[in-house]
Amino acid sequence: MRIEFDEPKCVAAGQCAMVAPDVFDQREDDGVAVVLDENPGADQHEAVREAAAVCPAAAIRLVEE
Amino acid sequence: MNRIVIAGAGAAGLAAVETLRREGFTGTITVLSEETEVFYDRPPLSKQILAGEWDADRIRLRAPAQLAALDIDLRPGVRAAGLDTARRLVTLSDGTDVPYDGLVVATGVRPRPLPDDSQPFIRTIDQALEWRKRLRPGTALTIVGAGFLGAECAAVAARLGCAVTLLEPAAVPLAHAVGEPVGRMLADVHREHGVDVRTGVTVTSLADDALSTADEVLVAIGSIANTDWLAGSGLDLGDGLLCDEYCAAAPGIYAAGDVARWHNPLFGVTMRIEHRTNAAEQGMAAARNLLGAAKPFAPVPYFWSDQYDLKIHAYGHLRGHDHFEIVEGTLESRRFLATYRRAGRLVGALAVNMPPKAIRPWRQAIATPPPSAGSSSAALPFAGSSSAASAFAGSSSAASAFAGSSSAASPFAVSPVVEESP
Repeated sequence: MRIEFDEPKCVAAGQCAMVAPDVFDQREDDGVAVVLDENPGADQHEAVREAAAVCPAAAIRLVEE
Repeated sequence: MNRIVIAGAGAAGLAAVETLRREGFTGTITVLSEETEVFYDRPPLSKQILAGEWDADRIRLRAPAQLAALDIDLRPGVRAAGLDTARRLVTLSDGTDVPYDGLVVATGVRPRPLPDDSQPFIRTIDQALEWRKRLRPGTALTIVGAGFLGAECAAVAARLGCAVTLLEPAAVPLAHAVGEPVGRMLADVHREHGVDVRTGVTVTSLADDALSTADEVLVAIGSIANTDWLAGSGLDLGDGLLCDEYCAAAPGIYAAGDVARWHNPLFGVTMRIEHRTNAAEQGMAAARNLLGAAKPFAPVPYFWSDQYDLKIHAYGHLRGHDHFEIVEGTLESRRFLATYRRAGRLVGALAVNMPPKAIRPWRQAIATPPPSAGSSSAALPFAGSSSAASAFAGSSSAASAFAGSSSAASPFAVSPVVEESP
């Protein structure tokens, strides 16, 4: 799985960092999401899919490889 | 279960479809959509689309290949027109019908019009693109209703050089939603950007004198749940389709998104939430429960709003709060965090231009029901960390959220309650 993050779309809701904190974080100043691991391990896939699904800006796209 | 019908192709409908497939449902999924454009994102309509910053393509929620992989029976331009729960049939606007074993009602809302109104609103992509053309430098735009939608449109129009008038029947815009102090601050910000904010003005007709000087009138006075098609179905309709804490309206029938009025056990009340994140979360929850998960849906509602250089985040159920308090920053600096309480309990928090890590522990505190919930404690089956609750309410533990708080005021400490000034 590869994560494609469309940063300009991010609204800094922080949903991803709450659902998948090992893969997503937020910048300290403006809260924009940061991808910690663009190729997360299988143990993270379910959480990452959940994060992509709840992202209110549809800024997280997953490419299943 | 072999056939599932999703009525509505917005964010809630998409979340339901994707969740059904992720959970392994391999049967037929029929998706009905009144609009011919399907599965696009609405919050940017009053922001980047109206401002002309983004093309329509940019708000598609999924790429064509991703939608194709979902293998859905998509009916664009065909809306649900009626429901027969006994025969388990949805009647369609084209005169045909479609049988279902499971149904997710995600038909959303429509803008509330003035009685003589035929103006375009900003609810669909076509309407937003039409408004983009109308807003030119010098255009005298009057917006009826200073709610979040009206306020966001005012901010965009002011930036585009329009002469904007914002009319609001209440004394303070958004007071019912975010409290008078924050409402006053937002009105001040609009005035500083040249918007003529007039409060105490009730408009009941497009012929109203208050609109006589306007080149364009944008009506943003709330919305109406799209439940008309369910009239006579036997389902419980009021302001939305009434559901239990599992988002179920009847056996095999669930609702999600703007149209759903469900019992949120975290707050012990029924609510209908027109927030983007709720649409996705509830679409997921409804789909899982339709497949038998039997997990109550108890989220902390969340919304954000962009106005000028203000980034507003709000968590919880702020309406009906009886106490308001600034716990960090100041209104004057336009950088603050405010809390909202009802009967002593923390029910909401609102942040303006605050770092996310200052907000997160408050959200966690809202998601944690008080230990002495009294008679309603029985209705809080997952006060701890059951998977559904933690997935929707944030999975970090209360302890780690507490440790991560850099705020002097702690959401877990008993803080003095300050009466909202009249």
